[in-house]
Amino acid sequence: MILPALFFYLFAGICVASAVMVIVSRNPVHSVLYLILAFVNASGLFVLMGAEFLAMILIVVYVGAVAVLFLFVIMMLDVDFIELREGFIQYLPVGVVIGGIFLFELLLTVAAWVINPNVGKTITAPIPANVSNTEALGLVLYTKYVHYFQLSGMVLLVAMIGAIVLTLRHKASVKRQDINVQNARTPEMAMAMRKVAPGQGLSDADAAEWVK
Amino acid sequence: MSFTTAGYQLAPVLPELVLAIGAMALLMLGAYRGQGTTSAVTSLATVLLIAVGVLEYMLPSGKQVTFGGSFIVDDFARFMKILALVGSAVTLILSAEFLADASRRIFEYAILVLLSTLGMMVLISAGDLISLYLGLELMSLALYVVAASNRDNAKSTEAGLKYFVLGALSSGMLLYGASLVYGFTGTVSFTGIAAAATISNTGLVFGLVFLLAGLCFKVSAVPFHMWTPDVYEGAPTPVTAFFASAPKVAALAVFTRVTLTAFPGIVSQWQQILVFVAIASMALGSFAAIGQSNIKRLMAYSSIGHMGFALVGLASGTVEGAQGVLMYIVIYVAMTLGSFSIILAMKRNGQAVEQISDFAGLSRTNPLLAFMFAMLLFSLAGVPPLAGFFAKWYVFVAAIKANLFTLAVIGVLTSVVGAYYYLAIVKTMYFDEPAGQVDPVRVEVKTVLAVAGLFNILFAVFAGPVVSVASAAAKSLF
Repeated sequence: MILPALFFYLFAGICVASAVMVIVSRNPVHSVLYLILAFVNASGLFVLMGAEFLAMILIVVYVGAVAVLFLFVIMMLDVDFIELREGFIQYLPVGVVIGGIFLFELLLTVAAWVINPNVGKTITAPIPANVSNTEALGLVLYTKYVHYFQLSGMVLLVAMIGAIVLTLRHKASVKRQDINVQNARTPEMAMAMRKVAPGQGLSDADAAEWVK
Repeated sequence: MSFTTAGYQLAPVLPELVLAIGAMALLMLGAYRGQGTTSAVTSLATVLLIAVGVLEYMLPSGKQVTFGGSFIVDDFARFMKILALVGSAVTLILSAEFLADASRRIFEYAILVLLSTLGMMVLISAGDLISLYLGLELMSLALYVVAASNRDNAKSTEAGLKYFVLGALSSGMLLYGASLVYGFTGTVSFTGIAAAATISNTGLVFGLVFLLAGLCFKVSAVPFHMWTPDVYEGAPTPVTAFFASAPKVAALAVFTRVTLTAFPGIVSQWQQILVFVAIASMALGSFAAIGQSNIKRLMAYSSIGHMGFALVGLASGTVEGAQGVLMYIVIYVAMTLGSFSIILAMKRNGQAVEQISDFAGLSRTNPLLAFMFAMLLFSLAGVPPLAGFFAKWYVFVAAIKANLFTLAVIGVLTSVVGAYYYLAIVKTMYFDEPAGQVDPVRVEVKTVLAVAGLFNILFAVFAGPVVSVASAAAKSLF
């Protein structure tokens, strides 16, 4: 019993600490790396609760895709983060007051919050006892919820087509690699033998043919 | 035919399956053969839509439910789906000229229209909140992209972006409402909600309001209409014709199904919302259109007003009301497609003209076009014996039978105000000095115009079958 509790405090502690570091670190790339650390620890917390599917999906989606995307955006866009941070100290008191009010309200709500003990009985698709929750999800996803699953697939297909329609441009000025043309090149097409008279060089006509 | 997946019957979803697989096959054709296949893909997509419509028509009648209640095919769904398919197919036919331009040769346009239509069909058949949301997103996401499909044009891009941002907002409201409804009833299926929602409870009504707000956005009813004029004006004209027809059918269908099958126990709660929305839409549609000089903006306000009239039928909450909504939407689609084919036909020296002043003296330069447009405008205004009169007749009769006298009187008054701006265009066409020759009209536009125009003029002759089909469809909801 002591070991899960120990791991809980370890993951939770690192998670909160890295979340703080996301906000306070000066370098935005460090912020993103701390964000990834926070995600990894959150997924550790999920594993402790027995929700291993959520844990893995958190790593795959948030760490694998979203955080890396953030990293790209931060590295590629020229955002002046120093300028964004200006006035941080100046606005700190107001922020602390508002944050404190929110915290107080949250505590008021959560303290009086009791989850209905009957809520577990209303679940339409309870997790079967003898399978892991990934397997349980798979069992209903492609059978009971096949309609929703396929429809979501169509929605994503539309999103993909839409992104391509609206952003892909074929620029005529860009030189593209055409492997067929490259493979079809023969020595006759690429080379020409010329007899160059001493002191005269190639004529303009010859040079023009070369360039072509 | 009895093929199943995971124990669910697939026969009721056969049209949707054909549409989805067909759209993906055409996508592959276009992706591998390049933009040169645009016209072929568009033609094949039109054929596919018509084939799916025939399949839908051939489905056995009666109510069939599959996927554990999340997909319902009944007479109502069939009626609305065929109408949506016709709207989409006609839009693709009208888009031929737009896609012929070298800079806009995008085969994805037809694919997106197909996928959007698939979303509409799912939406019309939705039997629970999850398939409602997925269908709505599939439909809208494709619409956002086609709105911006003329991407080198700033107005088209603006239309797409505006539609996307406001559409995302409305989706958020709809989802919030859906989550509240789920929270207070414990189920997402419409039949389950209907069983649980017998007494009005504040939380449930709160959810209902947000749900209806999201749906009002999709049918562009006041106060969620702000996007309509800008999007209609900015989007390419064939796309505007699409926006004004098929998605409205689907959104109105789901509106009807949600209110009548999921919340029949608390009619008085949603009735007052619908009465307000209907009155506000009719009033804004009539008054705001008066000042417009761009015909596409005018059609946007006109469609806001017409959605208000259609909601009058729904507000009555009776079988007659549902039948009125069905009649209204059929006639509305015919009038809208006819009017937009005229807007598409208005070209001078190869340039599309969109100002109302450009219609001046059309009766002398192209008398047939002017006559057809005049008939369509009279019909939109609700002048007997044209189709538009019957549309209004059915919804107002339903409202009066449900004792909604104030609503019916305000409706008639606003339709009189609306007649002013429709007739002002007729006056411009018949009594003003000609603004110059218009280009010869393309044959596909002519065909659509002829069919829609004749439907409007001769509606009184063959109203019988339409009324009986609409009546059967309306009864299947109760």
